[in-house]
Amino acid sequence: MSATDRSAPPTPGNRPNPARWLVVAVPYLWLFLLFLVPFVIVIKISLSLTAIAQPPYTPVFDLAGGIGGLIDGISEFTVENYLWLTEDALYARAYLSSLTIALVSTALVLLVGYPIAYGMARAPKGLQPTLLMLIILPFWTSFLIRVYAWIGILKKEGLLNQLLLWIGVISEPLTILNTNTAVYIGIVYSYLPFMVLPLYAALERMDRTLLEAAADLGCPPIRAFWKITFPLSLPGVIAGCFLVFIPVTGEFVIPDLLGGSDTLMIGKTLWAEFFANRDWPLASAVAVVLLVILVVPIVLFQNHEMKRAEREA
Amino acid sequence: MAAKAVGPVKRSFAPWRDPASAPFIEFRNVTKRFGDFVAVDDLTLTIYEREFFALLGPSGCGKTTLMRMVAGFDEPTVGEVLLDGQNLAGVPPYRRPTNMMFQSYALFPHMTVEANIAFGLKQDRMPKADIATRVEEMLALVKLTPFAKRKPHQLSGGQKQRVALARSLARKPKVLLLDEPLGALDKKLREDTQFELVDLQQKLGLTFLIVTHDQEEAMTVADRVAVMDQGRIIQVATPAEVYEQPNSRYVADFIGDINLLEGRITVCNDGFIRLDCGVGGGTVEVDQTMDATPGENGWFAIRPEKMTLSLDPPENPTVNCIAGDVWDIGYLGDVSIYHVRLAGGATVKATVTNRTRLVERPISWDDKVWLTWPRDAGIVLTR
Repeated sequence: MSATDRSAPPTPGNRPNPARWLVVAVPYLWLFLLFLVPFVIVIKISLSLTAIAQPPYTPVFDLAGGIGGLIDGISEFTVENYLWLTEDALYARAYLSSLTIALVSTALVLLVGYPIAYGMARAPKGLQPTLLMLIILPFWTSFLIRVYAWIGILKKEGLLNQLLLWIGVISEPLTILNTNTAVYIGIVYSYLPFMVLPLYAALERMDRTLLEAAADLGCPPIRAFWKITFPLSLPGVIAGCFLVFIPVTGEFVIPDLLGGSDTLMIGKTLWAEFFANRDWPLASAVAVVLLVILVVPIVLFQNHEMKRAEREA
Repeated sequence: MAAKAVGPVKRSFAPWRDPASAPFIEFRNVTKRFGDFVAVDDLTLTIYEREFFALLGPSGCGKTTLMRMVAGFDEPTVGEVLLDGQNLAGVPPYRRPTNMMFQSYALFPHMTVEANIAFGLKQDRMPKADIATRVEEMLALVKLTPFAKRKPHQLSGGQKQRVALARSLARKPKVLLLDEPLGALDKKLREDTQFELVDLQQKLGLTFLIVTHDQEEAMTVADRVAVMDQGRIIQVATPAEVYEQPNSRYVADFIGDINLLEGRITVCNDGFIRLDCGVGGGTVEVDQTMDATPGENGWFAIRPEKMTLSLDPPENPTVNCIAGDVWDIGYLGDVSIYHVRLAGGATVKATVTNRTRLVERPISWDDKVWLTWPRDAGIVLTR
């Protein structure tokens, strides 16, 4: 965009300011270079064919060929990789399994996170910064190390089994590691802050006289929670669920380290295609489809929210 | 300004004068402490059915705590609160037959006006059809029928206030508690709403308990006013009594404007008191019956509008007369307030109604003036 695009002639008080465009341009430039360009490259690779070469796909654009070379390259594009994704049931199962695991873990994180956020929001004002700090504290240690630590806890002769044996709850050590249970534990642990923080923000903002008003009107505390507190925290619930659901769908590290061979997740499939099979075009297609799967519900939801806001205004 | 604050006096309604009338809300030796802070201090008070009762006092005097103990949000540390003969101790707010209109209105932001009003009725498991009828009634009562489907954030301050009122009245509570209900409204709207509230209270025949720090508001709406200070009640009386016959300097000073002249009581007979006010005031004679002994210290309290300001000395300038110089004049349009500096250095305020449309007032700055008053204008206070 440039100043000449403006339909109104510049007035003295409203002169286009180059500095203003610079401020606006920085984040867009950032997104363009670090999101859009790599994504276009991924799409391009997903439309290519594997080749035993460096890089391992064809066609490779030769900029020396000019416009002609570019058109030649584009004419070689193929949707074969996408067709392959529909032919082999493995991919559909992996997507479905990822979405299921993401859905269940989001529900679990919400279930665990809500009471934590609620307790924090109702804690004495002086204590709240400390509690908030404790929620953020795990971020100071590498994510990878924290997931590795869970191996030590969950394995057969790990801390959890030792504790349970010592208490006498079990007589045989449990197999938790390398199962979906371990994956759920790892996800709930790792993603809890992403749920707690938006929930806390929503709950902390709530005017507590509303609960007094509800009680005054004959509503006992538990019903008041469902009628007042929960509906008013919904923006936090939705934000938290998106912050958990989206990255968990593509999660690779947790299922790889804590899950078993039967833990099917699209992140693992993606990794296998890239690094084990060196099939970059197919891996790129998997990534593009994952993005589409995640973008569609978000866009639909945002449309819905916008329409609701318009109706209310 | 204070003179117009005396509200409508319903002389026929005075259950507090009738020893046979049953109390409706009773505070019996109630004390409420928050840590070291004593919010309510050994307070006993009786409120009668269908009364519009005002708790008046500066912030922190315990009036809101007193009201919250009726609603059930606070429990007394010592003593008991009774409503219609029932001890309220241990009864949670959601089981009390009271409803409160909150200072912040506390409307549920995610519900429409309709749903807000219906909320309490749903808790009572009222049949759906009855709820709809009652909500319509309440909307009509507060003149908000066209706004039924709006959300609170789409309403003006005055409309929100009326939704809050409708919501708190929908369940037909035995007592309606109003916590500074008009504080957020502008002056004009506040005055209109005060009269609407009185109207509504008489129409519905409910008991209203209002908390306010605005003396004009309390006097406009209430049958009786309790003036509070530091967790205690200083005086409970009708607005006119509180204004004309305050029982202490605190009440006299809190309600409206007042001049206080300190002196020594020299004569105290049945219906007559003489006070020697020394340098500034001279001798003051008052028609008043009170329990005092000659020689005791006292204060002569007189409202500014009850004094006559004159450029000429009266016939007897030694009794009920003080002289001074006009120090300042506050012109308010309807009245002018003259600040008169006495010989001793004290300042006395006198209000003069502006009956002519002269722009130049006959009495001006630095004029020597005499202030006089009849024997039934002021009151002698001993505390």
